[in-house]
Amino acid sequence: MRVTLWGTRGSLAAPGPETIRYGGNTSCVEVRSKDNALVVLDAGTGIQRLGARVRGGEGRIDLLLTHLHMDHIQGLGFFEPLYEPDREIHLWGPPSPTLDLRTRLARYLSPPLFPVRLRDLPCRLTLHNVPPERFEIGGLGVEAELVCHPGSTVGYRISEGSRSLAYLPDHEPALGVREFPGQPEWTSGFSLAAGTELLIHDAQYTTEEYQERIGWGHSAIPDTLTFARLAGARRLVPFHHDPTHDDAMLDRIDSTIRASDDLAFALIAGREGTTFEV
Amino acid sequence: MGDLMSQKAIELILMRQLASALAMPIFLVDPSGSLIFYNEPAEQLLGSRYDETGEMSMKEWSSLFAPIGEDGSTLPGEALPLNIALHKHRAAHLAFWIRGLDGVSRKIGATAFPLEGQGGRQLGAVGIFWEEP
Repeated sequence: MRVTLWGTRGSLAAPGPETIRYGGNTSCVEVRSKDNALVVLDAGTGIQRLGARVRGGEGRIDLLLTHLHMDHIQGLGFFEPLYEPDREIHLWGPPSPTLDLRTRLARYLSPPLFPVRLRDLPCRLTLHNVPPERFEIGGLGVEAELVCHPGSTVGYRISEGSRSLAYLPDHEPALGVREFPGQPEWTSGFSLAAGTELLIHDAQYTTEEYQERIGWGHSAIPDTLTFARLAGARRLVPFHHDPTHDDAMLDRIDSTIRASDDLAFALIAGREGTTFEV
Repeated sequence: MGDLMSQKAIELILMRQLASALAMPIFLVDPSGSLIFYNEPAEQLLGSRYDETGEMSMKEWSSLFAPIGEDGSTLPGEALPLNIALHKHRAAHLAFWIRGLDGVSRKIGATAFPLEGQGGRQLGAVGIFWEEP
């Protein structure tokens, strides 16, 4: 698999000269299989540039949403393949006990919040609730599981052959745990992340910031490292950077992590535009 | 997903975390009725720390705590609120006697409710109980 980060920011897009290296776009990750199947993880503002890259091409696109918070769907209406009449697009999202995915997404993709209605998009669009069991997309195995974050939110594990990546951009596994980490079987997201080659994980807050935001659904950076260690991930991408964290601050955080002498995994800076192989 | 690394469902994880933070005794069972957690306030009524008992089947825990009805007769497992919550998918309440692992008999009131996840997934049941005067 080839993985490209198109948006690494959390909560709110944060463009500007002070965020130019880590990026200001909100969550969006491109996953390409060895057969060139395209899976897109989340539709934050980063998806606009990805859409410009793939417009006019051929082939099905599968767009997997972790949840419907605004920073994960705001770019959806700006994804150019949605306006291509012959394009087959499958949009997957977490289930809700009350409303189907179309109804929930239409709250945003309709006036007055957006000029184009979801039902008027010209592409061949199919919406799906992510199933609880593993499913296949273009040779990639996909597993989704509810994780600890307000509202119905899933994380994903995507596998090709023996290699897997886990995508948990909004995740607070330490919530309510007296001594984190607890046992693996009692840790949110563990089964998704266990033994993965690559873990893309929420790293929104410093320890000090987290103390003021417990229960908001995001991780303090030390908890992200602890979770990666517990899961036995081989590489970690800290992701979903707080919009107030500029490049200088993220550099300092990165340096602090790298200075730790007990890193059990390789650290990859969560910078927009980064591509790596899994 | 559950078979990948046998992680508990997120609803059970959150329930356990909530129970750990509350001051009321809470008892958590999985869909088979097996005990998977009770919190510190429950430890005081059950007479043993959860770390010492660990997980056990419904048959084991229902005989271990020896539930007895208010009339003095042994309560069958199917009369216990947790069993009703699990198998009839509704809340249930009963007052009865138990014998804690510290050997002390206590009269408790117990209310149980099922945990049902999205898509109709049966996740287990929660029992809340307290010592009756």
